[in-house]
Amino acid sequence: MKILVCIKQVPDMESRFKPDASGVWYAETDLAFRVNEYDEYAIEQAVLLKEQLGGEPEVTVLSIGADRVVEAIKKGLSMGGDRGVHVQDAAAHLKDSWQVASIIAAYAAGEGFDLILTGLQSQDRGSAQVGVTVAELLDYACATTVVGFGYADGTVTVKRELEGGVKGTVRLKTPAVVTCQLGLNQPRYPTLPNIMKAKKKEVRVIPVAELLHQDQRVAPCEFRAPAKKGSAVVLEGELADQVDRLIGILKDKTAVLR
Amino acid sequence: MKLLLIGECREGKLLEYSYELFGFASQAGAETAMLIVGGEGALPGYGGTVYLADAGKYGEYNPDLHKRLVQAVVERERPDYVVFMHTSYGWDLAPRVAALLKVPQVSEVVALAEGGGFERPCLSQKMRQVVKPKGTPVVLTLQGGAFPALVPGGTPQVQPIDAAGEGRLEFLGYEAAARKGVDLTKAEVIVSVGRGVGKKENIPVIAELARVLGGEVGASRPVVDSGWMDAGSQVGVTGQTVSPKLYVACGISGAIQHLAGMKKSGFIVAINKDKEAPIAGVADVLVVADVMQFVPALTAKLAK
Repeated sequence: MKILVCIKQVPDMESRFKPDASGVWYAETDLAFRVNEYDEYAIEQAVLLKEQLGGEPEVTVLSIGADRVVEAIKKGLSMGGDRGVHVQDAAAHLKDSWQVASIIAAYAAGEGFDLILTGLQSQDRGSAQVGVTVAELLDYACATTVVGFGYADGTVTVKRELEGGVKGTVRLKTPAVVTCQLGLNQPRYPTLPNIMKAKKKEVRVIPVAELLHQDQRVAPCEFRAPAKKGSAVVLEGELADQVDRLIGILKDKTAVLR
Repeated sequence: MKLLLIGECREGKLLEYSYELFGFASQAGAETAMLIVGGEGALPGYGGTVYLADAGKYGEYNPDLHKRLVQAVVERERPDYVVFMHTSYGWDLAPRVAALLKVPQVSEVVALAEGGGFERPCLSQKMRQVVKPKGTPVVLTLQGGAFPALVPGGTPQVQPIDAAGEGRLEFLGYEAAARKGVDLTKAEVIVSVGRGVGKKENIPVIAELARVLGGEVGASRPVVDSGWMDAGSQVGVTGQTVSPKLYVACGISGAIQHLAGMKKSGFIVAINKDKEAPIAGVADVLVVADVMQFVPALTAKLAK
């Protein structure tokens, strides 16, 4: 069995974001990068399945981007992935979701993956398009927003998270794409020996030009902070003073404090 | 301009948020038609054309067939935009439709921008981008709550619609929401725990504030996902939707799914280190502080 996990490296969401020189996306200066949270669940699910099947499946971890994304691939390998693929693209942020999906599909087309796992969405762009579009391009079955996963004999059974706390159970046959929702499993922390082992695992580098044959369908044209609709009173400064001011406001504006 | 709106059904009923599609159409000043995969009981209060596909035949969740139904209606109506809600149904089906029609898709639209552009959130709702699709029709998904729900009124002209093909997903059924723990919808005060509290061992500190305020303890999604609290405590789209007199968000950045579940609260206090966190957009008071320093100090003062 061959499993592909598609991951993205994204900035820490607690950062302060500013436009880059193009004005259509964020500047990378001073940002710390990490593995997209949704994709960590995808890596973990692939490794859990490999363990369930006695280590037989081969798990490939793919990421597209500048050289910094090798760090994310290495994390996937230290969690239990077998080999990495780095699609080298310093301008990945200017590709739209359609192009990103087409790059992954162009790579995967000749590889015969049985299962492709990825996050429901990225934390930075958040389009939730790439996983489904990869499935459409490869003509694979696809289930999204998965919070429960089971596999036996070429059949995947998943629980999809719907609105209002309801779940929907769906069965599909491999080859398949599954997109992972938060809470699907408990992503492991890589151990030191596994981090050392990961350093020796192969990471194949493919220039993006070899895989990109599609034009952009959606052009980014502006990047900015949301218009301030918040009328929030902001309390800053000394802790004791903040406490007193908040209690004053609560007494004034709510019937909760008497 | 013409929009094809894709309604969403569960267990034979049109989901309420489908009416936000009409609110969007009204803002866009566009003609509309609608597609629903459901039954007669799912028809909206709307005087336009509704293409109705039988859920008994096509299933409520069968995206391989539903995308063909959308394609069939697009061929008849030739819309400029095909519009879904950005939900587990919409974000699942919309990319399949866009791939089938070979057209652009814009996800989670929150506003119309000038010159045919669309405004959408990015970076976990902290920032906005404006994007412009190239070519038509364009597939859109709308963020829940971004456009007002609107019931146009009237009785639809129903047109049956069919499509050929095989579905590769077998839908086995719905599983109802877990309802254990407290009913937060009845609480007058809720103090909610977010990832910003740091670790599970810190939760009693937050619970003590809830006790002093005579309220219940809620949780954000990451706290539940990490196993710090039960799913029954979760506030948000996939948990409970609440509107207490006072909501205190402790270390919650404010994912859109959380905000949708609590923004109708009477008074909202957010305690957060990050002044730019999206929770600030719905809060009445934002306390910029380390939650584990501020909350004990507040509790101590209130307990006096």
